[in-house]
Amino acid sequence: MCWSKTCGRFPLVQIDITLSVNGERHVLAVDPRTTLLDALRERLRLTGTKKGCDLGQCGACTVHIDGRRVLACLTLAAAVGDKEVRTVEGLAAGDALHPVQQAFLDCDGFQCGYCTPGQIMSAVALLDEPCGPNDDDVRELMSGNICRCGAYPNIVDAIQHVRSTQGTRG
Amino acid sequence: MHPFEFHAASNEGDAIALRTTHADARFLAGGTTLVDLMKHDVERPAHVIDINALDLARVTEEFGGIRIGAMVRNSDLAHHPLVRDRFPVLSQALLAGASPQLRNMASTGGNLLQRTRCYYFRDVASPCNKREPGSGCGALHGYNRIHAILGTSEHCIATHPSDMAVALMALDAVVHVRGARGERAIPLGQFYLLPADHPELETTLASDELIVSVHVPALDFARRSLYLKVRDRASYAFALASAAVALDMTGGTIRDARIALGGVGTVPWRARAAEEVLRGRRLESQTLQRAADAALQGAIPRGHNAFKIDLARRTLMRALARAGELS
Repeated sequence: MCWSKTCGRFPLVQIDITLSVNGERHVLAVDPRTTLLDALRERLRLTGTKKGCDLGQCGACTVHIDGRRVLACLTLAAAVGDKEVRTVEGLAAGDALHPVQQAFLDCDGFQCGYCTPGQIMSAVALLDEPCGPNDDDVRELMSGNICRCGAYPNIVDAIQHVRSTQGTRG
Repeated sequence: MHPFEFHAASNEGDAIALRTTHADARFLAGGTTLVDLMKHDVERPAHVIDINALDLARVTEEFGGIRIGAMVRNSDLAHHPLVRDRFPVLSQALLAGASPQLRNMASTGGNLLQRTRCYYFRDVASPCNKREPGSGCGALHGYNRIHAILGTSEHCIATHPSDMAVALMALDAVVHVRGARGERAIPLGQFYLLPADHPELETTLASDELIVSVHVPALDFARRSLYLKVRDRASYAFALASAAVALDMTGGTIRDARIALGGVGTVPWRARAAEEVLRGRRLESQTLQRAADAALQGAIPRGHNAFKIDLARRTLMRALARAGELS
């Protein structure tokens, strides 16, 4: 479907893409304008990844591509290629939560929960990034994830809790 | 978002050929500027050429300097040992920009071509000479707190948003580009165009040219360099004023200096007059004030952004004082 006034410029062509998400390969025909975020949510029904601002400002759509945290809303699905996408649905092993998920529960790292999948995906990536030991270092590296409820103190606690049990990289 | 045809380029030649064939095309690297502006309908290319598969993601040592592939991501460049060790100003500028997610996406070439955050440019309902030549400037007599005070014209006062480019400007970086007619090297100082009568023209890059790498020449005293950024919040915000500085000190005397300012210019702003003031002088507060005055000479306030003149002066003075304290 197309809402643009200039649709007449082109026939609406769909292109075939392959997305590898949480270890599963999916073949999809998509409008080239489809973002990774929309492909995940609307086509693969992986609605754990949230749409907040849809403009690269809030971090709610944070996912991992080849292990690095990126914004799904500014990534065209067609440009992902054969890289591996990991979403919040791919963190737990069955009923065993990822340590970061467990820490968010234990530390009460959320209120409404809308930003939480993005916060968690960012936090999981942070564990493997150069990050100083202090709360301020964590705050700096979590600055791309906005929480309008203001759960920041407990989010930092949750991340520091995991880092203290796993050891930190300097 | 307007419809477009998607092309995946497999190598540089392929990318340039596609761009030569399709006039109304854009290269897609990290997408952090392009996809955002396409969603705003500010960018409406008929063709998008994905260059993510190009083999341009290496940082290599070259004659004591470094060559940075155009597809090196901002986070990789910031944490590269050669950059951290020899050009701390560049590492710090990169880490002061955007968020970790955006830095993982944004490329070196794309960062150089980042578009302004001027609200009027980003809103297609507003007049903007940069977006729609001849339509007027919404910022000139509008809300212009974030706008430029240096290098402006009566047609455009949009601020260049990059932190990385400010550091590269201070380091005399050279942009290497490749087009249908071959390769050429453009010193960063000749890469950006002031808005003057044509704010829509931002660089000297030809429409078929692709940035392939950026060379940062050797500069021993860049080990004593830093980037200081002042913004509305502690992180994840564009600069209101910033300074990239490098000092060559012997005893308490400044032998040489490199200075560029961000957040205040329509282009990343090299302050050669300020460098001249510092050469051969001792690092004293009077000298710093004179250098800061020289750097801001010709600044034109437009209303809400008048505070930037003093803010930029103080930012530069503090940056220089801190650089002087580095060992």
